[in-house]
Amino acid sequence: MRIDPFEKFAMIVGGILLGAFILAIAYANFVWGVKVPTCEVVTRPFSKGAFIETAPKTYEVQVVARMWYFDMGTGKNEITIPAGSKVTFFVTSGDVVHGIKIPEKNINIMAIPGVVGRVQTTFERPGEYLMVCHEYCGIGHQGMYAKINVIQ
Amino acid sequence: MGKIRSLTLWHWYVGFAALFVGLFFGLRQSLARAGIWAKYDYYQGLTLHGVLNALVFTTFFIAGFLYLTTENSLKRPLRSYALAWFGFVVLLAGTVLAAVPILTGRASVLYTFYPPLMAHPSFYIGLTLVVVGSWIAALVVLRTYLAWRRENPEARVPLMFIATATTYIVWFIATIGVAAEVLFLLIPWSLGWVKETNPLLARTLFWYFGHPLVYFWLLPAYLAWYTIMPRIAGGKLYSDPMARLAFMLFILFSIPVGTHHQFADPGIGSNWKALHAFFTFLVAFPSLLTAFNLAASLEYAGKSRGGSGLFGWWAKLPYGEPVFAAFISAMILFIFGGISGIVNASYNLNMVVHNTSFIFGHFHLTVGSAVTLTFMGLTYLILPRLSGRELFGRRLALVQSYTWLIGMLIFSFANMAAGRMGVPRRTDLGLSTYSFPQVVERLEKLSALGGVILYASSLLFFVVFLGTLFVGRRSKERSFSLPVTEAYQTEAEAPRVLDNWKVWIGIAVVLIIIAYTPVLNQVLEISPFGSPAYSPSLPVPLPR
Repeated sequence: MRIDPFEKFAMIVGGILLGAFILAIAYANFVWGVKVPTCEVVTRPFSKGAFIETAPKTYEVQVVARMWYFDMGTGKNEITIPAGSKVTFFVTSGDVVHGIKIPEKNINIMAIPGVVGRVQTTFERPGEYLMVCHEYCGIGHQGMYAKINVIQ
Repeated sequence: MGKIRSLTLWHWYVGFAALFVGLFFGLRQSLARAGIWAKYDYYQGLTLHGVLNALVFTTFFIAGFLYLTTENSLKRPLRSYALAWFGFVVLLAGTVLAAVPILTGRASVLYTFYPPLMAHPSFYIGLTLVVVGSWIAALVVLRTYLAWRRENPEARVPLMFIATATTYIVWFIATIGVAAEVLFLLIPWSLGWVKETNPLLARTLFWYFGHPLVYFWLLPAYLAWYTIMPRIAGGKLYSDPMARLAFMLFILFSIPVGTHHQFADPGIGSNWKALHAFFTFLVAFPSLLTAFNLAASLEYAGKSRGGSGLFGWWAKLPYGEPVFAAFISAMILFIFGGISGIVNASYNLNMVVHNTSFIFGHFHLTVGSAVTLTFMGLTYLILPRLSGRELFGRRLALVQSYTWLIGMLIFSFANMAAGRMGVPRRTDLGLSTYSFPQVVERLEKLSALGGVILYASSLLFFVVFLGTLFVGRRSKERSFSLPVTEAYQTEAEAPRVLDNWKVWIGIAVVLIIIAYTPVLNQVLEISPFGSPAYSPSLPVPLPR
């Protein structure tokens, strides 16, 4: 098959471009640590939320997403942590499929009944972080959110 | 070939009726998200918009169109018309069965119908019949091809048929996933035969289907761009062999990529997600081939029409021709659709945009533009031939294409920008109890403006459509043949392996097994069949 020299050039440039994108993804993953959720085999699904300080400025939040609120074990739809805290979220659902998006962080995970997901981030800047449910979960979906207060 | 007329027309009547209803709810959503005219059942409307536009409209239009391309490319009648009409009846029955529960508010589960939200059983049974109806259409095309092959044992398969068959091959392999989900999980569960289901398994099967679904929409548009558009532009297809190669690569890489819709899902290893991401980048490659081939074809056309220089040919293209206007607008929008698709596919970069309004900003550029606007252009081309009347309102058709281009650029830009700030998709934002920065409010207003322009554009389309059917001037000549493009580099230069279906389907099956065995294995191991059914309106399981 005759391949036109211009076409060959376009194909090589296209291939290099896609290769560069793949390298950028790998760099972000391994060097910056921007990961996607993976398969958690150790933590089993739980039915109650919990907010635990495991070490100074290190927290574990067990989130149970429910129609239409996030149970984080604090009895209200917010948690308060000091700036610089490293937070690990364990996420599951108590009913239907939900999701968590923290717009100002690279936190984006589905809450699926029967399985547990884990995401981790550090809240450096003080402020009020919004955490919204980003998967349709019934008529109350647009009211499902929580707040993360990061204080000095 | 006269029998094809009513067959294609009836598929299009139903398809465009579905589009008409669905687009109204598209308008309502874009307004509601900006807080305008927000008092209605948003999620019922969203379900209607998704099911009617993305599933019903596309399937009916494509089935009708591909009957036409099959006859045109193989130059023989379908085998058989009776079977094709039977397929139409099954499609229609399925559509009615699925539409009734949505319209009566008993299936507000969106077009992805993720369990454990449960719809009325009729919704699932209806969707199953839609898939079965499309299989019958595929069977008609297959039987026609086999008859043609017996009559022409040595002939090369025409490019138009390569595209037609590729569409149905990808569709058939894809629909096995959704058929398994609906038949084995959702129907028995919604009928109460089993009490609990497996949400992660259902999602995984859905997305095994859900990504190649987009190629089922897109490949008929590629068919039009490769085999019809260059002739409309006044030129030739630059390379027939490279077009064949692109279609074969779509068979290979359309399917083993579905987990890229589940990058944010727990229960699936990030290593397997990375593998699907890699295959997704490979499926971008045939689209890059397409971009080169079509641009070269347009250059050939522009230069044939007297254009010269590096960019001078660009000005000579027939922008005043409604069919071309629709095609070129669709292709321009698809450039942005493709680029934003690469963002979505980019594994960890997806964490920024997953389930935000960036996503529907993206797919309104692809299925909502590259596909829908190309189908509108095809209607401007083909409907006059089928109806025996000249195109009604050429100017309106031109305005329609370019307003769609403008409206969609506004709509998609606004939603992609808002998505970057974390605004969720599939959310009745006008009624949300949380708030985003001020700029998001302005972006939602901009999105609503885009929505209004798009809706107005679609009304122009329906005026042209109905006018061409009922009031256009009667044309003297009647023919059901499509203007098929010649190639500059012809099929004679293409290696014969590019016509060998068995090779490509065989490799595709191997790739699917490699990509999906570990994923399904993991999902079955980790995710239990433990979810009772929920209605979207109650936070407790349904009593059963």
